[in-house]
Amino acid sequence: MASLLLAIGTRKGLWFARSDDDRRTWSLEGPHFLMREVPAIAIDTRRAQPRLLVGVRSEHWGPTVMWSDDLGDSWHERDEGAIRFPADTGAALARVWQLQPDAARRPDVVWAGCEPTSLWRSEDGGESFSLVRGLWDHPHRSEWAPGYGGAAVHSVLADPDSERLRVAMSTGGVYASDDGGTSWRASNHGISAYFLPNPHPEFGQCVHKIAADATGIGCLYAQNHHGVYRSDDAGRTWMPIEDGLPSNFGFTVMAHPSTPGIAWVVPLTADSERVPPGGRLRCYRTNDAGGSWNEVGSGLPDRCWVSVLRDAATVDDAEPTGVYLGTRDGCVYVSRDEGDSFALVAAHLPDVLTVRAAELG
Amino acid sequence: MVAVLLPGALQQLAGGARRVDVDVPSDGTVGDVLFRLGAAHPALQRRLLDETGTVRRYVNVYVDGSDIRHASGLATPVADGAVVHILASVAGG
Repeated sequence: MASLLLAIGTRKGLWFARSDDDRRTWSLEGPHFLMREVPAIAIDTRRAQPRLLVGVRSEHWGPTVMWSDDLGDSWHERDEGAIRFPADTGAALARVWQLQPDAARRPDVVWAGCEPTSLWRSEDGGESFSLVRGLWDHPHRSEWAPGYGGAAVHSVLADPDSERLRVAMSTGGVYASDDGGTSWRASNHGISAYFLPNPHPEFGQCVHKIAADATGIGCLYAQNHHGVYRSDDAGRTWMPIEDGLPSNFGFTVMAHPSTPGIAWVVPLTADSERVPPGGRLRCYRTNDAGGSWNEVGSGLPDRCWVSVLRDAATVDDAEPTGVYLGTRDGCVYVSRDEGDSFALVAAHLPDVLTVRAAELG
Repeated sequence: MVAVLLPGALQQLAGGARRVDVDVPSDGTVGDVLFRLGAAHPALQRRLLDETGTVRRYVNVYVDGSDIRHASGLATPVADGAVVHILASVAGG
């Protein structure tokens, strides 16, 4: 039985939970980086020895990227920093929001989405990154505005079979590149920006998270700042898929890694009421790419008034797929039956910012 | 020579030293001190200054007991024998 590693990034440190019995019981270990927030984690299983990558930020001493090749026993960083804005940009790294290993056929490529709004590419497994100039120099840049959490690229999707990339930023929306990041276009047609005078702009949407269907980057899901959408043309156009949900607001969306059409969202009541509807924390799962939704998640709490942030939800690569949710009151729940039921893995941690899980060989 | 006193959280980035002596010119500034310190300990410099060379918001730097934010910032002069004291400000929740 393979071991399952769950990494939990919080406002005040990093914890690991590990299960050796198919996710029935877990042992919790930590904290690492106590009193530093960990908003980005990647478990890169493309290597013979899995590499952990974390974005860490100290309120005092700033952000950095660190890696571990021994599952957290030791951590390393480049003296000069993995991510440094070139001098001509006049910018400084504020926070690493996303660390995303590329496909197996590009084994050393890792992407980073950062604040201020930027995308970075590493060709050495995440030890150092280069600014993706095509996006940084995009003429829309001056009009990208920070959401409440800051102005950042928070979602990065790389097509394993081509040079296509899709990113999402708040605010700004979805941007698409078909040439590995050299050129970019806004890709928001159909997504509402109801909070703007023109609710259907080319860009400026507040897309909270995007995920690629198991069929690949041609089919995408988006949880917007009000609005749940699907694209069947790699993001060129979007259609609403929110019928059957109790709310179209939320922060996260997850797609099944191997079964087409399955995705999950975690609805919150509204922009003005960022708590689970009726105080019942639940997942909603679609088995038909958003044609219909079913409430799932027995074992998740009632009388619960906390939210799940955009990266505090993930799926694993085990069979059947595990679903993980972390809450702002420091609880982490795991489902080993694709969301039907959940059990508590950890409680009383600091606010959970991100969770990532992977099977270790 | 100027003495730089480091907080505990940063000492491992300077080989474990609480005090690091930095040689600066007679008309040197706090900026000279921090950049020379950073040349020897780049990971330490990143904790103090961002890529634009700005002192991080919650890093406080004192020269002989005076906050450089109330003087001339990184252009604050440092005399030979001065003590540059780096402290974390009271911040966080």
